[in-house]
Amino acid sequence: MAEKDQVKLLGIWASPFSRRVEMALKHKGIPYEYVEEILENKSPLLLALNPIHKKVPVLVHNGKTILESHVILEYIDETWPHNPILPQDPYERSKARFFAKLVDEQIMNVGFFSMAKADEKGREVLAEQARELIMYLEKELVGKDYFGGKTVGFLDFVAGSLIPFCLERGWEGIGLEVITEEKFPEFKKWVKNLEKVEIVKDCVPPREKHVEHMNYMAERVRSS
Amino acid sequence: MANEVILLDFWPSMFGMRTRIALREKGVEFEYREEDLRNKSPLLLQMNPIHKKIPVLIHNGKPVNESIIQVQYIDEVWSHKNPILPSDPYQRAQARFWADFIDKKLYDAQRKVWATKGGEQEAGKKDFIEILKTLESELGDKPYFGGDDFGYVDIALIGFYTWFPAYEKFANFSIESEVPKLIAWVKKCLQRESVAKSLPDPEKVTEFVSELRKKFVPE
Repeated sequence: MAEKDQVKLLGIWASPFSRRVEMALKHKGIPYEYVEEILENKSPLLLALNPIHKKVPVLVHNGKTILESHVILEYIDETWPHNPILPQDPYERSKARFFAKLVDEQIMNVGFFSMAKADEKGREVLAEQARELIMYLEKELVGKDYFGGKTVGFLDFVAGSLIPFCLERGWEGIGLEVITEEKFPEFKKWVKNLEKVEIVKDCVPPREKHVEHMNYMAERVRSS
Repeated sequence: MANEVILLDFWPSMFGMRTRIALREKGVEFEYREEDLRNKSPLLLQMNPIHKKIPVLIHNGKPVNESIIQVQYIDEVWSHKNPILPSDPYQRAQARFWADFIDKKLYDAQRKVWATKGGEQEAGKKDFIEILKTLESELGDKPYFGGDDFGYVDIALIGFYTWFPAYEKFANFSIESEVPKLIAWVKKCLQRESVAKSLPDPEKVTEFVSELRKKFVPE
């Protein structure tokens, strides 16, 4: 690695996808320059670096551009191997990747995109679907402090940035309790554990502002 | 301990094809089991309870789901030959990005080409061609997506080729005339034993898609 690694991250304060990259960079103690993007007014730099998707996060490392949060997390783990994020065992790695996909695809779709377009009755149905999916995460947490075991890792960053620190803020905004203590004790315990981890805490968007933002994002989905 | 590898699959699946190719690239002996998707086996439902989909890779009794995750798993477990992902982290990130691009964009677009008609199909066809052109542009003058060696992105994409005649038939266009360099890449991949053995006859795929299309587009 170069003596002077230049790392730049383009992100949005409310985006779970760029927040999780920040968690990983902080976990590895990698200094970086953060550039705040505005959703409704993306910078020429962002559009130049990510012409295909035009989204954050974008990581620039010594002039090389890396896109897509999962790809970035794996790149970070491989480039700076200390404090590993992904499990060492291939089977455990495959499970972490599988659940990360479940979180960002099915749970995200049900818990946000579909939820934004549903009426009250529809929301109850979707909440139940979300619970069924999150139950699989609940089972993964049995006997563990974090998905990564004794320390935080890839799936903690992915699921943490998306579920408690993003989707739940959206659900709060519409008065919906999806994840209850009664049905999800492991999940609730995991969130409490996460909140005590400094590098995670530092990367959680401020709650009130975020709840408001999630309402705005849902409105954007409805009007698109 | 002997390696027991079972693949639950469905012959026309472009996703199953990825896993077949990866296993063959590594010279892994495996048992191929054909699933009837209208009557899924208890083993499939047990090994992939969340999605209930193929392909499912079962290695010494433990399931690995999602084709792109399976290909990475195979590369990591049988790391002794024919690396699928490059060793450089930045090149690996590029490969992962393009495989993700294929999964995010190509599948939905191709579905519109064979499963719809009229305006929706025209729009789907336009998207589909644009996506193929983006991929062709990424390939550039390289023999394979990763450069000199056959690898991850080639494996992610090649299976879709078996569906090309079906797309051409139902949406009335020629893929080769749109992306000739990509077709040249296809031909090179087909010369590889792992690919030739893992891909079904495109004619049979077209027959299959023809039947399937009737469910979505009643004539």
